Amino acid sequence: MSEKELGQKWDRCLADCAIKVGAGLGLGIVFSVVFFKRRTFPIAFGTGAGLGMAYSNCQNDLRSPYLVLSNAAKEQ
Amino acid sequence: MLRVCWKGANAAARKCLCGKVAAHPLQHCRRYTSAGNSGSAAGKIVAASLLTVGGGLGGTILYAKWDPKFRANIEKSVPYSDQIFEMALGPPPPPFIPLQKKPGKVEPLQISSVSEASKDSKQPKAKGKTKEKQLEPAPVEAKPAVEETQALSPQTIEEASAEAAHIISAMSEVQSVPAPGTSHEAASAESEAQTPPPPAQSAAADECHECASHEAALKERPVEEVAARLAQQDKAEQDTLAALAFSLEEELGVSAKLTLQAIGAQEAALAAIGTHTQRLREAMDSEDPPDKKSAQWRELEDALSERSHAVDQAGQSLLQAKEQLEKLRVVINGAKESKIDAARPQILAAEENLHSMIVDLDKVVTKVQTAQTEAKIVSQYSELVNEAKVQFQKELSSITPEVQANWKGLTGKLSADDLNSLIAHAHRRIDQLNRELAEQRVREQIRIETALDQQKQEHQIVVESAVKTAIQHNREEQRLEQEKKMQEVREVMEAEMRTQLRRQAAAHTDHLRDVLKVQEQELRDEAQEALSSKIMEQETHYRRQAQEQLDAFTLDMNSAYARLKGMEEAIDSHVVAEEEARKAHQLWLSVEALNYTLKTAAADSPTEPLEAAVRAVKESCADNEFAQALATALPEESITRGVYSEASLRARFYGIRRLARRVALIDETRNSLYQYFLSYLQSVLLFEKDQEAPPTKLAPHDLDTFKLLAYATYSIERGDLELAAKFVNQLHGESRRVAQDWLNEARLTLETKQVVSLLSAYANAVGLGTTQAP
Repeated sequence: MSEKELGQKWDRCLADCAIKVGAGLGLGIVFSVVFFKRRTFPIAFGTGAGLGMAYSNCQNDLRSPYLVLSNAAKEQ
Repeated sequence: MLRVCWKGANAAARKCLCGKVAAHPLQHCRRYTSAGNSGSAAGKIVAASLLTVGGGLGGTILYAKWDPKFRANIEKSVPYSDQIFEMALGPPPPPFIPLQKKPGKVEPLQISSVSEASKDSKQPKAKGKTKEKQLEPAPVEAKPAVEETQALSPQTIEEASAEAAHIISAMSEVQSVPAPGTSHEAASAESEAQTPPPPAQSAAADECHECASHEAALKERPVEEVAARLAQQDKAEQDTLAALAFSLEEELGVSAKLTLQAIGAQEAALAAIGTHTQRLREAMDSEDPPDKKSAQWRELEDALSERSHAVDQAGQSLLQAKEQLEKLRVVINGAKESKIDAARPQILAAEENLHSMIVDLDKVVTKVQTAQTEAKIVSQYSELVNEAKVQFQKELSSITPEVQANWKGLTGKLSADDLNSLIAHAHRRIDQLNRELAEQRVREQIRIETALDQQKQEHQIVVESAVKTAIQHNREEQRLEQEKKMQEVREVMEAEMRTQLRRQAAAHTDHLRDVLKVQEQELRDEAQEALSSKIMEQETHYRRQAQEQLDAFTLDMNSAYARLKGMEEAIDSHVVAEEEARKAHQLWLSVEALNYTLKTAAADSPTEPLEAAVRAVKESCADNEFAQALATALPEESITRGVYSEASLRARFYGIRRLARRVALIDETRNSLYQYFLSYLQSVLLFEKDQEAPPTKLAPHDLDTFKLLAYATYSIERGDLELAAKFVNQLHGESRRVAQDWLNEARLTLETKQVVSLLSAYANAVGLGTTQAP
């Protein structure tokens, strides 16, 4: 069903966001602990990166129907 | 000038700003001067224009006074100018109409009126004469012509107009008799002997008569009438002829008798006179003894008395005869006037007789007259002789008184003295007688001359009278001869005419015979033609009738056959119809089954696949193209998978609606996450009616998502899935993507429903069509 698609997308988006933020967080923590002497910026950076990636992914996913592929544009 | 004024005004205004008092008089002055300047110029111009206009008007009026045509033109072209002209010049002159003179007509009118007047005046006079009406115009015309013989031109016009008048009168008066016209003319010519006819009159009479005959010809009566009239006329003629003949003969007889009588009497008188004269002469000359003499004298007296008697008788009979002859003449004239040609020879004969009788009478009368004169002479002579004798006797007796009358027997008785005295007396007597004789001779000479003269005169008179009578007789004879000749010629002509007529009649009979032959032929041919045409008609009629009968029979046969065929066809069609009905019933049943399957949709699951039902439908309408098409028109999905019910769609719609509201702002251009957030915010903050009645026409502002969703909700609530689907179809962007599936499902359902409804309607219609009314 087309109406369920959006919900599914949002679900994915959220899931992805959670994963990415978590992974970023984790990596951030790891990096901050391991490489950057418990400074907070890698955590923020990791979280932010994770959030950003999740946001971008979500956006992309949501945009995907509207994407005009270059070959198609060239063809047109 | 204006600029000057303007400048002045400006300057005045400027000055006004500085100081009003000083400016004003200047202003006024300027105005005055400018006004004065302009006034003079304007005045000049005004004066000039006034002059021009006045000059134009005056010139126009003057010229109009001189030329009325110009005036009329101006009056026509310029309105109200006629009033101005009337004020200035007075009323316009009266229009010039050329007088038409008609002199030509006046004169004939006059003359005709004159002729009419003369005609009227002459009419009673003309009517006084015993003439037929046809002759009236002739004398009427004659008299005016006679009167106006002086002027020739009026006469000709008169004649023409009189002719015209005569034609008019003749047309009204004429009783046309297409018979003898020549006698008319002759009679008119004769009876006109009273007025000496001028030559024009006879010509006019001829003309007039020609006109009359022309008019008579114009008014010809029908043949029978003419024939009857002719017969009548003939009979009348015959009667008059007979009467005339009878009267003529009578008169002739009587007159002949009387004339003979008269002639006889005259001759007797003549004889008597002759005898008397003879006797007288004898008595004179003879020397008979006295007794014989006395006998002679007695005889003479007898003869004289006889003679006088005879003369008287003769005179009487002459008178009678003359009377009778006059009567006869009158009768003859009357007969002549009756104008019957057949009586002519009789009239002629009568006239001849009359003439001869008159001639005889005259001869006899002349004879008698000569005898009478002779007798007179003789009597005179005898008287003279007697006188001389008496005288001598007296003388003798005076001389010799004793001597008796008869001196011849005295020779022995006389003495010498007596003898001597007697001789002396005788000598004296002889001398006297000689002297007398000489005297007488001389006197005789004179007397003879006078007598000769007298006789000449008398002779002249007698000759004249004789000549006159001879001329008259001659004339009469000539006339009679002429008439006889005319009669002969007429008879000859008549005979010739008769021969010609006979010839003509013969030719006519020949021609008639030929014509009759030709006509007979023609009539025969016509009859033949008529007969043949009638026969053909009958034949065709008979044939037509036979054909008609045949046709009627064939028609009946055909109709019977047709009915039979019709009945068979009806039966067949009944069978067919029943078959059809059965099929339709089957179709209907299958469609009902299909309909039923549609109803098996559960709340969220679609219906059963319609395959079976569709197959059944297809089977039931194997030969029906329409139903087949319809059946195949069902969408595949519905056949294989089935369709959702309306209720489920309705329920689903609300979820769609919510979702669509949330992503209302998202489309190709705006599809970032932020936009998602914004659109969600919008959906939360925007308050709109859930349901809104959609307008009949969508305006662009109605294509807003929320509005569309409102219209769709409204429609769906009212059960109009189609309209809702239409509205949902108008969504675009993400909302559309969200609603796409629902839209498809809705479309499917609608299609299926449509097809099924069509099928059912069709099945119903077919079933209805095949249903036969009881």
